[in-house]
Amino acid sequence: MRQITGNKLLVRALKEEGVDTIFGYPGACTIDISDELYKQNDIRVILPRHEQALVHEADAYARTTGKVGVCLVTSGPGATNLVTGLATANYDSVPLVCFTGQVARHLIGNDAFQEVDIVGITRSITKYGVTVRRREDLGRIIKEAFYIARTGRPGPVLIDLPKDVMGELGSAEYPENVNIRGYKPNTSVHMGQLKRALKMLKKAKRPLFLAGGGVNIARANAVFTEVVDKTKVPVVTTIMGRGAVPTTHPLFIGNLGMHGAYAANMAVSECDLLFSIGTRFNDRITGKLHAFAPKAQIVHIDIDTASISRNIHVDVPIVADALEAVTKMNEYVEPCETEKWMKQIEAWKEEHPLTMKNRAQMGPKDIIDEMNRQFDDAIIVADVGQHQMFVAQYAEITEKKQMIMSGGLGTMGYGFPGAIGAQLGNPDKKVIAVSGDGGMQMNIQEFATAVLEELPLILCVFNNEYLGMVRQWQKLFYGKRYGMTNLRSGALYRRTNGEEMPEYTPDFVRLAESYGAKGIRVTKKEEIAAAFEEAKKNEKTPTLIEFIIDPEELVYPMVKPDGTLEEMIIEC
Amino acid sequence: MDNNMKKRWISLYVENQVGVLSKISGLFSGKSYNLDSLTVGTTEDPTVSRMTIATVSDDETFEQIKKQLNRMVEVIKVIDFTDIFVRMKEILYVKVLKCTPEDKVEVFQIAETFKAKVIDYGRDSVLVEFVQTATKNDAVVKLMKEEFRTIEVVRGGSVGIESISMMER
Repeated sequence: MRQITGNKLLVRALKEEGVDTIFGYPGACTIDISDELYKQNDIRVILPRHEQALVHEADAYARTTGKVGVCLVTSGPGATNLVTGLATANYDSVPLVCFTGQVARHLIGNDAFQEVDIVGITRSITKYGVTVRRREDLGRIIKEAFYIARTGRPGPVLIDLPKDVMGELGSAEYPENVNIRGYKPNTSVHMGQLKRALKMLKKAKRPLFLAGGGVNIARANAVFTEVVDKTKVPVVTTIMGRGAVPTTHPLFIGNLGMHGAYAANMAVSECDLLFSIGTRFNDRITGKLHAFAPKAQIVHIDIDTASISRNIHVDVPIVADALEAVTKMNEYVEPCETEKWMKQIEAWKEEHPLTMKNRAQMGPKDIIDEMNRQFDDAIIVADVGQHQMFVAQYAEITEKKQMIMSGGLGTMGYGFPGAIGAQLGNPDKKVIAVSGDGGMQMNIQEFATAVLEELPLILCVFNNEYLGMVRQWQKLFYGKRYGMTNLRSGALYRRTNGEEMPEYTPDFVRLAESYGAKGIRVTKKEEIAAAFEEAKKNEKTPTLIEFIIDPEELVYPMVKPDGTLEEMIIEC
Repeated sequence: MDNNMKKRWISLYVENQVGVLSKISGLFSGKSYNLDSLTVGTTEDPTVSRMTIATVSDDETFEQIKKQLNRMVEVIKVIDFTDIFVRMKEILYVKVLKCTPEDKVEVFQIAETFKAKVIDYGRDSVLVEFVQTATKNDAVVKLMKEEFRTIEVVRGGSVGIESISMMER
């Protein structure tokens, strides 16, 4: 029988799995794999400029294509730089397979050069992780990794590859089937439970759908929208669930939670049946637990049994994939009487509509409104912070649009690499990243990747010279003591009392230009539309648009930390 | 969350692989679950290990522990031992040091009472082996600590298996 090295088998396995793009950064322990990848043309290899950005790129690639994202990094620091990205993907249920180099087996445990126990380090933030200790296990382990990553509740899998195992000759066969005795993801829906839930839905006077990220991951949006149309039951979404029904849908109320719409949070507090799909009732959406949906019976559909009845008590639990469940629901649902209930919801919307004060100065909403006007076929990638909440509140997510962000972990620095991954996976879509001046600087080196890959991204940087979300808390709850949040503070500011400051730190426009990208600075409302138009014309390189905004713009409404959903700060 | 705080047992079938023990114990520490005792050994199938885990928790946390264990790829099966008939024992060694002749007599009496075995004997020391429930072992340790000046204790942790004849635990 023909024998090949582990390195060759790995490349073969990637092709068998249909991998078309991998994100890799080389090193001593993976140089042989780089060499094998060099010899072939089926798999595109992207070279980011930092492993953290690398894993975010693979993550966004996976989120926006539905494929498994693949990473290849070297041992030691290459591997540890994955940690934040793995946790990000794990929290948001993103399928990744990450290959890490490892020192040869006889060196493991010797504190060898660039040796770390990466499987041990990432045990609690991966769905599965394993070191390949025998060449004969390699094919099976890779096969299982892809299967585990994409099935059930998706998640990141890490495979650690000792250099000598990969150099060893062994079978060229890549297995066709997977059989893992401890891992049998659920693929059916308990019809009895589902029918019981639908009966409750029909009987309810104030029913409400709560859609989480699971609906988007399962790509159940279209069917779910049909269910909503048939039942006439209004919908609130989590931030990760935004787009479960088009945000322009008349039955869509808004996002719930800490920065949810007033009407959405009121609807949760007043509903008598909360029919939830694909959410884990994170503390940012529930507020104080005892006061969450106090009048409601709760139905909860989730693929992960451990997410059910964990934070809140559930009356009807249903373990199922969102698409499976919603498809079955679509067969059985009947119209519900929701006219009176909708009137109440409309009244809440009128009482406190989701909006920002219209001021002469350019505000976040002006920018996002223009984005909504100009782009109807786009992927929006948000970073983390105030701008993320503005996007989550105001970006219209209709059928051809998708919004991604680090929802669970809240990883600053996700936005820019996320946009790169999204664009690589969707060359025909417009990809727009929205970031703050803080998060933008956490992975700014990726300009090199974006420029060299000729990605026509639009990078919107909301620059207010502050770490705005923390500043918002300081303004509201910490007596305006802006400790550690001013991005212009430092010895220079103290020595010169702010009088000898450079105009910008950094000058984002010149920085973009230094990489060969285009940079535009916008300071007035009237310039927004033109800036987007200009960015659209720039088809071969990224365009950074820096919007200078006022740090006093806050995200409202806001549920106080540890408050109940009903006690929202509407405005100061 | 003090509703129904009590000791509960789980029997776990897991893949006999490097890192699995660490993953299971890491789940308990990472999610702040109490881990009272954990034993592990291979089964008749050398690729499978079986663990007996004792934890003090309330109903909700215990449900969550079982679900979290179940979703681990390396976990093959989770059996809740709390409300079923099981045989469960723990091995306990107590070495009594610096014994007077009177002490030795007492050690033998204790061993006889608890149906334990005296398995080793020196000029001024005695080694006793107890195989009984962990609760009884707790009592023995407490007693012997009070009775003797210097003792050395090592415990194995409970191992359990479902009973055949539905007898008492």
